[in-house]
Amino acid sequence: MTAGASPLPLPEAAPIGRSARNTARRERALLLLRRPAFLIGNAVILVWVVCAILGERITPYDPFNAFFPPGHQPPSAEHLFGTDRIGRDVLSRVMVGARDVLIVAPLAAILGVVAGTLLGLIMGYYRGIVDDILSRIVEAFLALPVILVALLTLVVLGSSSIVVVFVVGVLFAPIVARTVRSAVLAERQLDYVTAAKLRGESGLFILSREIFPNVLAPTVVELTVRFGYAIFTVATLSFLGVGLQPPSPDWGLSVSQEYSNMIAGVWWPTLFPALAIATTVIAINLIADSLQSVMNE
Amino acid sequence: MTAPPAPATEPARPAGATAALKVEDLALAYVVRGVRRPVLRGVSFEVRPGESYGLVGESGCGKSTTAYAAVRYVPRNGVITGGRILVDGDDITKMTDEQVRRFRMHHASMVYQDPGAALNPSTRIGPQVIEAFTVLGQGQEEARANALKALERVQIADPVRVFQRYPHQLSGGMQQRVVIAMALASNPKLLVLDEPTTGLDATVEASVLDLVRSLQAETNAAVLLIAHNLGVIRTICDRVGVMYAGKIVEEGDAASVFENPQHPYTLGLLRSLPRHGVRKSERPLATIPGSLPQLGATLPACVFVDRCPLATEICRTVDPPPVDLGGGRTSRCHHIDRLGELKEPPATVGQDNTQGEVTLTLSNVSKTFYQSGHSVPALVKIDLTMRDGETLGLVGESGSGKSTLARTILGIESPDVGGEMSLDERRLQGRSTDRPTEHKRSIQMVFQNPESALNRGWTARRILSRSVSKLTGLRGKAVSDRVDKLAANLRLSQQHLDLKPRQLSGGLKQRLAIARAFAGDPRIVVADEPTSALDVSVQAAILNVLSDLQAESRTSYLLISHDLGVVRYLADRIAVMYLGRIMEVGESENVFRGPNHPYTEALLSAIPNVDGEAEARIRLEGEIPSPANPPSGCVFHTRCHRFMKGLCDEVEPPLIEVEPGHLMKCHIPIEELRVLQAKARQEDVVLTTPPEALEAAAQVAADDPV
Repeated sequence: MTAGASPLPLPEAAPIGRSARNTARRERALLLLRRPAFLIGNAVILVWVVCAILGERITPYDPFNAFFPPGHQPPSAEHLFGTDRIGRDVLSRVMVGARDVLIVAPLAAILGVVAGTLLGLIMGYYRGIVDDILSRIVEAFLALPVILVALLTLVVLGSSSIVVVFVVGVLFAPIVARTVRSAVLAERQLDYVTAAKLRGESGLFILSREIFPNVLAPTVVELTVRFGYAIFTVATLSFLGVGLQPPSPDWGLSVSQEYSNMIAGVWWPTLFPALAIATTVIAINLIADSLQSVMNE
Repeated sequence: MTAPPAPATEPARPAGATAALKVEDLALAYVVRGVRRPVLRGVSFEVRPGESYGLVGESGCGKSTTAYAAVRYVPRNGVITGGRILVDGDDITKMTDEQVRRFRMHHASMVYQDPGAALNPSTRIGPQVIEAFTVLGQGQEEARANALKALERVQIADPVRVFQRYPHQLSGGMQQRVVIAMALASNPKLLVLDEPTTGLDATVEASVLDLVRSLQAETNAAVLLIAHNLGVIRTICDRVGVMYAGKIVEEGDAASVFENPQHPYTLGLLRSLPRHGVRKSERPLATIPGSLPQLGATLPACVFVDRCPLATEICRTVDPPPVDLGGGRTSRCHHIDRLGELKEPPATVGQDNTQGEVTLTLSNVSKTFYQSGHSVPALVKIDLTMRDGETLGLVGESGSGKSTLARTILGIESPDVGGEMSLDERRLQGRSTDRPTEHKRSIQMVFQNPESALNRGWTARRILSRSVSKLTGLRGKAVSDRVDKLAANLRLSQQHLDLKPRQLSGGLKQRLAIARAFAGDPRIVVADEPTSALDVSVQAAILNVLSDLQAESRTSYLLISHDLGVVRYLADRIAVMYLGRIMEVGESENVFRGPNHPYTEALLSAIPNVDGEAEARIRLEGEIPSPANPPSGCVFHTRCHRFMKGLCDEVEPPLIEVEPGHLMKCHIPIEELRVLQAKARQEDVVLTTPPEALEAAAQVAADDPV
């Protein structure tokens, strides 16, 4: 099947046979690839992933050591993004700065989605008292300001990447749980669940083998959305000084260390890391939006 | 219609009558991902003032698209690619948007399928109806007066009170009346009704159809009616157009098209309906081979050729022109003279299914739900037996407890303490989870909507294998052998088994669901509206399959359906339910032929009849009362057209055997019912609920605690 001109067969028109089985999946992939938003989002993420993996091997200068006269130098042909307060090349630091956040944020998002999905499946399927208790707990969590709770926890437990992953993941879980719960609630109304009960399937089987595969689509979308938020949250925590610690070239941390100089007209060491955060979050949101609308079609 | 035959392309018309709606060679396409997919391929028809025209055909044939196009309501991706739509002489395809708006405001109205969705849920009825008049430029006072009149016109007894209600406080029938009142506000020249009674109970449907008929005579509007129920079309319409794949293949006056179809598709469609009280023991239903073409598929010259048993080479090359058959009838077929070659399926030798061993016994089974502190009895002391190999049809309006009874037998709901259920003389546990596998495999279900009943993530093979291994305990090769056998019985191919439900057509999906129910050789299969989500030609095939399977396996069916034609075809015995009680049980023919319970009599008379046979006309007032506060005495007394004050409202009649195998719950002796019902059939008067019964109904409604 070629991607461009040939009209896609409608679901029922699919030729009967083994190849037809994957038609739906392939159609969705094609629809995704035709969305500019999805392509742009992926291109941006790809750039940051390459920077994170190759790191020092492709940066123009050493991101950690200053070889230049200390003090800020504005962007020039030599230093495209200028240098920071101790004379390190900002471009090199922004490139390497992708590394920490691109490890910490996805891990936090995955932790949040896995925990949230489990919780949501249980709440949606068993309902009754189980749902009531868990829902109240989830709502209580949702009422807490994420940043404040994360700040306090990190202050108490001490900051390290693992704690950041853990805290952000736990704080995201209730939000994911709510999404998954409503998908499960809709699913369990369907007659195939009744049919499974009538042949004596256990709750665990119905939940894991019958319902879960059908709520996978919203879960995947949720994972992408959470990834975007996780980047944002991790950057915020670094900015507040409880996330990643110096000398990490992390974007949030760089912004936090340089923003006071803005008033003196030194904008470059703040703007470029901030733009890096913004592009990443927007790129992920573009991907999430495309996924969502394709899944809903 | 007595006009002399006209030239072949122009159906006969009385001279001088101008059409209120004239559609000429209308072609319309939907743009799907940049590709135009034709949906209408040259539709022509006209509707004159005061005439009602029905479009019939299976889902996807383009009938709704045509109706919506008649008011130029085309979806965003729809393009009119040719033809004209003339309303009162003006071509609406050439109008500007503003002109279309004015046209819709003054000349055309629509009534949609779901009245609940057509009304604004957050606004009281009064302002909504008044708005329909202020839009026309009337002042508030004048509009209010007209709105009250409009509600009276649609036979709403107390318009002032209805004005104060919100839509959700009205029943479905009342909502549809309000919608119709609003549609008529502008005295439209054209009224488009899109499935106006689908989703309403038969008793309510009958009164809405009566209303439409009387309003039409009064307003002289041209009515375009879309309905998948051919009985509704037959009841309302003067003329019909039969659509297939975006073309009108046959057209003519309703009675003659239904009695003497002149196109192979129409013939197939009508023969696939269980008509004239035909039963499974007499003959199988005719089916139309193949399935409907896909939306926008490229079709040969005659759109029906791929499914037509009469097709020859010419059908693939030459588009059949409309052949004038006289009397305003046309048919687009090359082989009208060969229609006689199409024979109905041969008669089969019937067997008596009502004398088998008793399999399932229910005695004194009740089910009470609790809702905000009140008990709501959904089933009240049900005694029922089912025999080996028989089909028991369960009928009644929605809310009568049919589904609760089915769910109780299945063990989805457990009955109240004191009731007993037994299967093959062994006690049946209330909850399905407490039942041994033996009982689980013995009672299985076929659901109404195969879409929902099949896990869309699983392949057909996995769906069947899982049920087989779970219910029979077989393992390995034995499972796949049994799956193959089940599939073969239901005529599902090996290729079908590798597909997921969404890749199967509606009929195949329902076969898969039936195969699943038969996975463990069940003793009883509960079928809840098994064909109501399917097209009629598919329905026929499913009914045949169910009947064949039963003859082979001696499985008993508990069949729930609102379509009495289906029930009559499949059921050996019928149980009629009202407000959680069984009002009548008996052999199918006895119940249908009568004498029967007054409620059964009313239900039967409410069904729009596709055969046009004369029947007693009984219009029940109101709707089924709240089960939380059932009427005293006989629960049906508040609506009964044979209500006897002082008896029916005070003493509850017992369910007694009035003739061998026929039980009834009524104070009137069967001989008297026989006389009364024969009389009602002869006299052409409409029987309604008497005023004393209505008073009792108002009293009961006022006492309702919920």
